[in-house]
Amino acid sequence: MFAYLVKRLFQAAAVMFAISIVAFAIQDNLGDPLRELVGQSVSEEVRQQLRDELGLNDSFIEQYLRFAGRAIQGDLGTSYFFKEPALDVILRKLPATLELVFGATVIIIGLSIPLGVYTAIKPNSIFSKVVMGVSIIGISIPVFLTAILLIFFFAVELRWLPSFGRGDPVHVFGYWETNFANWAGLRQILLPSIALSSIMLPLFIRLIRAEMLETLDSEYVKYAYAKGLQTRRIWFVHALKNTLLPVITVGGVQIGTMVAYTILTETVFQWPGMGFMFLEAVNRVDTPLIVAYLIVVGFIFVLTNTVVDLIYGLVNPTVNLSRMGA
Amino acid sequence: MKKFTTIASALALSVGMTFGAAAQDLRIAYDADPVSLDPHEQLSGGTLQLSHMTFDPLVRWTQDLQFEGRLAESWEQVDDVTTRFTLRQGVKFHSGNEMTADDVVYTFERLKESDDFRGIFAPFVSLTAVDDYTVELVTAEPYPLVLHTATYIFPMERAFYEGSEDGGEIVKHGDSFASRNISGTGPYVVTEREQGVSMTFERFADYWDTESEGNVQNITLTPIAEDPTRVAALLAGDVDFIAPVPPTDLQRIEDDPETDLITMSGTRIITFQLNQDRVEAFQDARVRRAIDFAVNNEGIVARIMRGFGTVGAQASPAGYLGHDPELTPRFDLDEANRLMAEAGYADGFTVSMMAPNNRYVNDARIAEAVASMLSQINITVDLQTLPKAQYWPEFDERSADMMMIGWHADTEDSANFHQFLTACADEETGNGQYNSGNYCNEEADALMAQANAETDPEVRADLLQQLEGILYEDAAFIPLHWQDLAWGARAGVNAAPIVNALNFPYFGDLVVDTE
Repeated sequence: MFAYLVKRLFQAAAVMFAISIVAFAIQDNLGDPLRELVGQSVSEEVRQQLRDELGLNDSFIEQYLRFAGRAIQGDLGTSYFFKEPALDVILRKLPATLELVFGATVIIIGLSIPLGVYTAIKPNSIFSKVVMGVSIIGISIPVFLTAILLIFFFAVELRWLPSFGRGDPVHVFGYWETNFANWAGLRQILLPSIALSSIMLPLFIRLIRAEMLETLDSEYVKYAYAKGLQTRRIWFVHALKNTLLPVITVGGVQIGTMVAYTILTETVFQWPGMGFMFLEAVNRVDTPLIVAYLIVVGFIFVLTNTVVDLIYGLVNPTVNLSRMGA
Repeated sequence: MKKFTTIASALALSVGMTFGAAAQDLRIAYDADPVSLDPHEQLSGGTLQLSHMTFDPLVRWTQDLQFEGRLAESWEQVDDVTTRFTLRQGVKFHSGNEMTADDVVYTFERLKESDDFRGIFAPFVSLTAVDDYTVELVTAEPYPLVLHTATYIFPMERAFYEGSEDGGEIVKHGDSFASRNISGTGPYVVTEREQGVSMTFERFADYWDTESEGNVQNITLTPIAEDPTRVAALLAGDVDFIAPVPPTDLQRIEDDPETDLITMSGTRIITFQLNQDRVEAFQDARVRRAIDFAVNNEGIVARIMRGFGTVGAQASPAGYLGHDPELTPRFDLDEANRLMAEAGYADGFTVSMMAPNNRYVNDARIAEAVASMLSQINITVDLQTLPKAQYWPEFDERSADMMMIGWHADTEDSANFHQFLTACADEETGNGQYNSGNYCNEEADALMAQANAETDPEVRADLLQQLEGILYEDAAFIPLHWQDLAWGARAGVNAAPIVNALNFPYFGDLVVDTE
């Protein structure tokens, strides 16, 4: 176990190194940060001088070594736009994104399980057909379009919900402010959460339905029927339990993907999270912030993957960790 | 179902009521928020918009592009190079201290140190205090744009900035006292700021302009970058004032009884430049004219801009000294083909074209339209559109034969267009810095130099109009249109009197209907 841990840590460090190189290498192709920093009539001479001050004229190796040296000490550079350490900016924006992902996850879990089970049990009912039909549409509409449609319907036409932003979230501690503390906050987060869940929800309904259909067809379920058990008990205790195992595996991976979709959702809803921040940073060529974002997100992925592997070993003892790592 | 509708209408009612209660508060949504609180860090529309809320200039532009004294009560020309400004007395800074001539001197010195503003202030030698309420602004040569430039002097408090931990220095890309703190004389005090998320303002209790009828107490400014979201926020009643309004939504905001649309012809000209160093054919004025004749700019304004632009045939918009109403847009395909044949290019040729796709209104679509129009005179265009962040480095490299550029004159003066866009390129003076066409006409440059030393407005107008005439005759560049400006406001906000072609809304004077 210990040997495995050490091995995993080395692997994680190697992956982080690769991510930092890639993140750092692409910044040259993002455009010229100076353009966003200075006015139109500033002369080329002054621009060059500023480039020198920013160290943008140094070679790639020099710039990378300087960056890596600071990164090891936890300094990922200073954002041009926010004028403060990039890591601080990201950490301040992180709670908003995590709350949005959490809101969407609640919606996905709350809806996909009952709907998936229902469509599997009653595949021929009209409601099942409607659910399956709508879920096809849901998968095929891009997130930003769903988001704009939601805004126009619920905010502009019906005026039930606010059209953008986070409102006045309640402060919890540190950088964490929450939208889940009161009704006003929940109203703010509802539309963005629905928009974000729209991509994954149909997927999970279909996944649960397929797994459930398969389980209902298996021998042990047939045996349970033969034993004369209550139908409800067979559906929700015997069959559903086994259905959820693969769903949880897929779900863990998809949460990471959802963080990526927050970029679009947050941009449309002006949600002040790190996805929105990232897109703005790209538009402003705020390269230190872009690089820091990629590294932080990369770190989150590496961390969750490592943890998932470790838990996997704990849950399923037949997986031999030390051999897996070897 | 009936119960459902009752709940729905009850909800809608309660929402409507909360908005009604905030009568004298104003919620603004712009496409971006200012980079810094330091008014001298970046010369941009966002910075100037903020300056007009938190500071006051010596003089400012009125809606019909005349000058109006603000912190300067009056001004007079003392001699050829000296202008004397008499300052208003009893003007308080946000800190509570009174503004004196010394603060204006400090501001001028600071402007001279700013990378972005230094260029505009280059013709000025000094600004000195005669007494506590009189300053003299001196230029090296007689200079016609003294008042134009005075609109950029927003007095900052010397004691407040100089007494801070870093002495109030201008830091371009980092944290500084001035980028986080403000002490101006303006109608609003910044109370809270989360960069990129929101800014809140409160009306300054000791504001000097007690004659202003402005009644907005609190302002919240939220940047909303996405066009549809910004429009939706106004339509949904979540904000009261938005800018800019994208052309696709103009009709919607105009038709909605709860919102008003305000439009105005702008001063930013959108053009294409024809690179004479890269393409030999572009050295022939007949070919350039042929292209101008082939491009249907009226069609572009009508179809792509949906009328949201003013068709242009020159760089100077109406209201500028150099604007010559005689110069009219040219569109005539037969004439274009005739000119091409005359120049020996009846079979046409192939050129590359580059344009940004997120800088100007509908920029990429305009470029596509121009490319297809040129195919009618047998010019095959290889078009590439790029995000602005990648476009400008390409522009600096002059990477394509035809490149799009829009220009707004920082000085609000005609000569500025020629100086940056069409003057002979000269690294020493910075002339022609954005002249990717490499057009060079010494006669035109001489006219500009003459105009820049001429203080009689009538003679100057004549010189600048001659200059526009030469550029038109030579087809030095392909003018398309001036982008219109549009603001959307909730009914009752009465924003029409406070906006102007420079896009600096004077919120201090905004009168919102009270219910």
